[in-house]
Amino acid sequence: MFEAILLTVITAATPLLLAAIGELVVERSGVLNLGVEGMMIMGAVTGFAVANLTGSGTLGILGAIGAGMALSALFGFLVLVLVTNQVATGLALTLLGLGLSGLIGEAFIGVPGLKLEKLDLPFLSDLPFVGPVIFGQDPIVYMSVAIVIAVAYALARTRAGLVLRAVGDNHASAHALGLSVLKVRFLAVLFGGGCAGLAGGYMSLAYTPQWVENMTAGRGWIALALVVFASWLPWRVVIGAYLFGAVTVLTFHAQAVGAGVPSQLLSSLPYLATIVVLVLISSNRRLTLVNTPACLGKPFVPDR
Amino acid sequence: MDSSTAAAEEGTNNAPPGGGGRRAGAEILLAARGITKRFGSIAANADVDLVINKGEIHALLGENGAGKSTLVKILYGALQPDAGSVEWQGKPVRVASPAAARSLGIGMVFQHFSLFEALSVSENIALALEKPGTMRSLGERIRAVSREYGLPLDPDALVADLPVGIRQRIEIVRCLLQAPRLIIMDEPTSVLTPQEADELFLTLKRLASEGCAVLYISHRLEEVQRICHHATILRHGKVVAECDPTLETPGSLARMMVGAEIANVAAASRPNETSPVRLSARSLSLAPATPFAVPLTGVTVEVKAGEVVAIAGVAGNGQGELFDALTGERRTAAGMVTIDGTPCGQEGITRRRQRGAAFVPEERLGHGAVPGFRLSSNILLTRHATDDGLVKGGFVAFGRIGEMEKRIKQVYDVRMSHDDPEARSLSGGNLQKFVVGREMSRNPGVLIVNQPTWGVDAGAAALIRQALVDLSRKGSAVLVISQDLDEIYEIADRIAVISRGHLSPAEPAAAMTRERIGLLMAGGAEAGTAAPAPVTAAAGGA
Repeated sequence: MFEAILLTVITAATPLLLAAIGELVVERSGVLNLGVEGMMIMGAVTGFAVANLTGSGTLGILGAIGAGMALSALFGFLVLVLVTNQVATGLALTLLGLGLSGLIGEAFIGVPGLKLEKLDLPFLSDLPFVGPVIFGQDPIVYMSVAIVIAVAYALARTRAGLVLRAVGDNHASAHALGLSVLKVRFLAVLFGGGCAGLAGGYMSLAYTPQWVENMTAGRGWIALALVVFASWLPWRVVIGAYLFGAVTVLTFHAQAVGAGVPSQLLSSLPYLATIVVLVLISSNRRLTLVNTPACLGKPFVPDR
Repeated sequence: MDSSTAAAEEGTNNAPPGGGGRRAGAEILLAARGITKRFGSIAANADVDLVINKGEIHALLGENGAGKSTLVKILYGALQPDAGSVEWQGKPVRVASPAAARSLGIGMVFQHFSLFEALSVSENIALALEKPGTMRSLGERIRAVSREYGLPLDPDALVADLPVGIRQRIEIVRCLLQAPRLIIMDEPTSVLTPQEADELFLTLKRLASEGCAVLYISHRLEEVQRICHHATILRHGKVVAECDPTLETPGSLARMMVGAEIANVAAASRPNETSPVRLSARSLSLAPATPFAVPLTGVTVEVKAGEVVAIAGVAGNGQGELFDALTGERRTAAGMVTIDGTPCGQEGITRRRQRGAAFVPEERLGHGAVPGFRLSSNILLTRHATDDGLVKGGFVAFGRIGEMEKRIKQVYDVRMSHDDPEARSLSGGNLQKFVVGREMSRNPGVLIVNQPTWGVDAGAAALIRQALVDLSRKGSAVLVISQDLDEIYEIADRIAVISRGHLSPAEPAAAMTRERIGLLMAGGAEAGTAAPAPVTAAAGGA
């Protein structure tokens, strides 16, 4: 029972974690992409379609990532090159993704999907209890963990991470130093798109291996909120995503058991719990302000 | 004024004997020829020649908008010229980017620092280096170099926590770590106390003696005379003169910069000692609004009818916070601020304006005026509630606003291409004249101005300063917050100094030497307020 709950927690948290860590990188570069939901749903439908047509889960994953990146490339072109309003463009991207995915996915409604194989790791997966829970996951879960560790390390320790933070903190200074602000931001936007696409692919290839219209059900928006509440720190995104996943799963079980609590209240619990915990851990205003990208959402036009 | 001139002469005596003679035999480091850069129809640089020798401190002089920044950005690779060539040590080069400039050996210390507040000192420096190495080894190099040049730095400190003087050190040390042959400095002393400036000059002289050239941009002529070997003067994007500044006078240099004589401010009569206090702050304390802001602690100052009180201080010492508290952008306890004897610390900006106060904030575009609004709308924004009759029964009297706009334009010499343009289309100096004129044309009883002539050319600055003095002599109380000591000496009857949110007692300008102000800026003001501050009526007399 407990193992099963833990497994579902991981499954519920992974798409949020992936989308949020991607958006974290985007926002750290100073760009606000509100199109996460749209990129996720495009990843979901493309991943499902590719896997279904080719019969290959790996190609499905790649397709999901590619779809997210393609949509984010469009966003990057609009906001970075044509300097459109980031908020409006992001919202439009979500609407575009939702509509386009419905169109593409029409042929796949009710088609049985392809569920990603669990990737057993030698020795580790055979450990008692820990083995099946932690090391008996599908490849995307491992990828999500690897991506978070890589992003956290890169932000804190590498030159690329330093450049990213610098561009998000003060794009005018970064430009004066000769850093290519737009290039850095475009790459960050692509990375965010890839992560959101992967998160969507996880929904349709592992979470519920089928295509249902609007199946991401607002997870992109939750991921966006997680980034802000986690004050742009990767490890806090992990806490937020897993907490949200855990409380979601627990409320399902509470409903099944039939606790005498209105279901509306129960379904609002994940949001409340996540907000409360993340507000508590980000009570250090100084740390929060230092990590807040000062140029978030501000357009940059190099003077040449 | 006497004391300041004496101080300047003392400084000149310490200066090394510069001379035009050294120029002939020296080796040319950088030669820019025929540099032209257009922005739209305006030529920011037109056929500019600039030759810098090795080991030379070369001044680049000019008013705001003369094209200094454009020229420097071209030399540093941040802009590409439309025409012209650059030779570096005799070889033609194309400076395609700041990185290319750095690899040639050109470093730059920016006027508005190119620092990242959320990053540490060593991270800031690492960003500008090709091969920074590990953070730890870089930290040690920073410590070593900064100590060697007398500019100690803590590599792990967060830039946001550091005062402006230290931030400039970071930029200088960042240049030094690149082993530069030429350092470009854009108005480096505008953010320093006189003492900090002296330290900077020592560093520059040492660099020059080691063979490193310095391109020194400034509009402070005394400094240029003191440390520079050669000067190139720009006006309207063209080179108008080259000279040895040590052989010139500040007056002759100013004439070359402006192309005309600059009027001195004439103060009619000294204010009367017994005049009533029109504006006062009493033990004004204010908690910081953000983690990076400065708290105000026990600020006490009185401004009488007929006098100009100036608050000197290095940027970021609480000037903005004090302005916000006095204008009502932030509320305080009622008695902490009084206008004409009425406690109004709890009142908002509009109420204080109705009491006869007027305010000119530091940032003219965005704070003093809405960039996308026409000038007439900008007039309405600060004067809708005053007794000018611009709003009647809820309707805007556009005719009256139009007349007012024309009058301000005329009296304060605001130049514009067409009638009633958007605020953003005006140049900085013109917009400042408009914003100051908008507030002054009301004949306010109390005027609070933050940085009245920041980034304004000499002619416009003289006009604004004269208007401030004239207003006070008509019986108004004028409080000027400024970082420009020359300006303060020109207009102030009494001077107070702000340092980390503490304000020293205001004393007669004649009794305040530059040295004293410098000491107060560097923290003496805090010690001063610890003792009971005697703000006496005698302070108004000369």
